[in-house]
Amino acid sequence: MSEGIGVGHALPIGGEGRQSVGWWGVMCLIATEGALFAYLLFAYFYAAVNADTPWPPSGPPDLKIASLNTVILISTSGTLWLSEHDLERNRIRRSRLWLLATIVLGVIFVSLQLVEWSNKDFTPTSHTYGSLFFIITGTHLAHVCVGIVALAFMLVWTLLHYFDAERHNVFTVGALYWHFVDVVWLFIFSSLYLLPNLGLTHGG
Amino acid sequence: MQTPRLERVPRFASPQDVAGLEARLERLFEPTHGLRAWLGTVDHKKLGVLYIVTAFVFLLAGGIEALVLRVQLAFPSQRLLSPEAYNQLFTMHGMTMIFLYSLPVLSGIAIYVWPLMLGARDLAFPRLNALTYWTYLFSGLFLYSTLPIGLSPNAGWFNYVPLSAQPYNPGPGIDVFALGMVLLGFSTTGSSINFIATLARLRAPGMSINRMPILVWGTVTASVGNLFMLPAVSLCFFLLHLDRNYGMHVYSGYGGGPLLWQHIFWFFGHPWVYALVLPAMGIASDGLPTFCRRPLVGYTFVALSTVATMMIGYGVWTHHMFATGLSPMANSLIGAASITIAIPSAIGVFAWIATIWTGRPVITTAFLHFAAMIFLFVAGGVTGVMTAAVALDWQLHDTYFVVAHLHYVLLGINLFPVLGGIYYWFPKMSGRMLDETLGKIGFWLSFIGFNIAFFPMHLLGLLGMPRRIYTYETGLGWDRINLVITVGAFLLALGIAVFLFNVARSLRHGRVAGNDPWGGGSLEWSTTSPPPAYNFAVIPFVASRHPLWENALDEGPQRSVVRRGFVLDAGKETAGTTLLDGMPYTIVRIADETYVPLALAVAITLFFVALLFKALWIAAACIIAMIALTGAWMWPRAELGQRRAVRHE
Ligand SMILES: [Cu+2]
Repeated sequence: MSEGIGVGHALPIGGEGRQSVGWWGVMCLIATEGALFAYLLFAYFYAAVNADTPWPPSGPPDLKIASLNTVILISTSGTLWLSEHDLERNRIRRSRLWLLATIVLGVIFVSLQLVEWSNKDFTPTSHTYGSLFFIITGTHLAHVCVGIVALAFMLVWTLLHYFDAERHNVFTVGALYWHFVDVVWLFIFSSLYLLPNLGLTHGG
Repeated sequence: MQTPRLERVPRFASPQDVAGLEARLERLFEPTHGLRAWLGTVDHKKLGVLYIVTAFVFLLAGGIEALVLRVQLAFPSQRLLSPEAYNQLFTMHGMTMIFLYSLPVLSGIAIYVWPLMLGARDLAFPRLNALTYWTYLFSGLFLYSTLPIGLSPNAGWFNYVPLSAQPYNPGPGIDVFALGMVLLGFSTTGSSINFIATLARLRAPGMSINRMPILVWGTVTASVGNLFMLPAVSLCFFLLHLDRNYGMHVYSGYGGGPLLWQHIFWFFGHPWVYALVLPAMGIASDGLPTFCRRPLVGYTFVALSTVATMMIGYGVWTHHMFATGLSPMANSLIGAASITIAIPSAIGVFAWIATIWTGRPVITTAFLHFAAMIFLFVAGGVTGVMTAAVALDWQLHDTYFVVAHLHYVLLGINLFPVLGGIYYWFPKMSGRMLDETLGKIGFWLSFIGFNIAFFPMHLLGLLGMPRRIYTYETGLGWDRINLVITVGAFLLALGIAVFLFNVARSLRHGRVAGNDPWGGGSLEWSTTSPPPAYNFAVIPFVASRHPLWENALDEGPQRSVVRRGFVLDAGKETAGTTLLDGMPYTIVRIADETYVPLALAVAITLFFVALLFKALWIAAACIIAMIALTGAWMWPRAELGQRRAVRHE
């Protein structure tokens, strides 16, 4: 019986990707954080439906910076994928460069988001829409910042030659989180920016 | 340091064949002793005990609060408590029992028992386990911090706005509640992630998912539920904190409003009830068969109904809001859905009754607690179905009927199985038996006291006494019932006191237990009592649901192997297996003792303290400390198999 279930085979120590416990940990983290953003968007739509004044109060938000930022954030998923792809082929130097590019693009996203905030003609205390707009984009921004810190640690560790083609699970798991932060932005951009501009506003 | 190999063929042998194995594992798994070993521990057995002890301290605190409330209500028109003091005490009582006792005690039991049941040497994330314990402890202290100065939260455990909004409730109480709940949410989320990853990878070879103990099903169902429900409660409290302190308008002004709070809160609140009872039902489902000398009847149905209960539980949150003026269509649908929860619940009840009926029950104290749970579950379930009927709910809403229902459910299906579970596993944890005579005295005191305290509350509710009033006038027909309830509450407390006395006495004077005092069927009974730091000298191989009962049951030719197995002694290691079949898959490395989780818990707590005082620069400093500590934690380690050893080392 015990011989029947795979005694005598070599087993990986720690393991990579789905083999590892770390992969399960980060997938659970992504699930719970995904739920958090779902509740945030629920609050937004609930307030939108129940508002008895125009929603958004000052008309659909301007799309220029937000669209540019969406392109930037999507491209970070690409650069990070390239970085991991190179790492898996032991092209360590190129992997580092792509990772650095991801971090730089992430910082640009944060900076543009701060510009976008300062352009708004309302504040978090103006009205319910203002509160929810800044809370939702702010929560996402905080996640991007956490992601940038994680990517910075990963860059240090690749510079220290910790990872190579066979052993880079910490990198894989960290990258999963960053991709998640990117995907969440697509939901936020669609809900807060695209829908009002498509005319799905309320009371206006 | 030598370069760690990426893979290895684990040796399969019996402990006697490996020279010095046990001494070597002992050194690896328990390198230090004394205070240091507790503050820096990552051992699931130490942390499980810390969890359980801390949860019982909070149970006592919440219980004393309840007794004070009952003294106040024993007679009409009493002035022992001011209305404000009464409001604070019932809020603290509810918050303590629901958040600081009920789930943490189940987590503690699962943290202790899981690896032993699963044939593993620890949980998947031992350092996370330490972090979640310390944040749980600190969040409890945080939530209690304003009690001594009389400024506790006072808007009830579900803390409705606008009662809890800044204009109507200034002072720090609500903010302490709000921030404390977010802090506690981190802890609960972390422990849930730990259980899920442990289930996915750390079961003994051969333990396919249809061979897992029901406690494992219950805990993992609650944990998956937690992942999706906890963000709701953390968010609704955090938004309230922003409204109260930074002038935001999530719950005020147009749009959001009070019902937004109720939706988000109850989207958490109803599933939470199942997180508080499903693991406890699992304790009974695993304990009862041992005392009935037969396997659980209907294992598959019980496991599936556990999952089904949680899933239906996600769709019924507005049954707490029948009285808020939602549409009749919504109320009808949610009322009907709520009633369907009776189906999976009844499956559990019938399985337990059939197990007792067809078994040869041994009436131990643990058995009595599990049997009491079945009785109380049926009683609490019936009143649950009653309040799921919308029209009746309008009559009973906010009366003592609801108080009776929720206590039957939460004490009946949490406290009684927990006490039963402690009678069951105390010998494993301590190496000594709890006294059975004292145990039975304690059981009957608490069971009779419980029913005297809570059954008459149904009548009070039908007679129209609202909950959460600090006193009442004589002549409303409530006087005698209230006095009876108070007497019952003290009897229940006496029963708990006997239990605690029994624990204190048995720790020193209890009969020595031996490995398997009850003749149990699962893996924890195959190791010593208390277990060694490494749990199992070799990782057992499992061939059925009851590895230790195979000869007695003789259900087939297959036999589990517990005397031989994977040796795994090249560091702190345990076996990793596949999700469904439990086939050998990886070698999982376990982290060493470290103070980093404790330090990180301190930094996170200080961050919340800084938020409470709006000391934003201190909060920023705490964030930097948290980043540094997380970096130290995550730093890839060769001994955990996370990186190659570096050239220049
Ligand atoms: Cu409910």
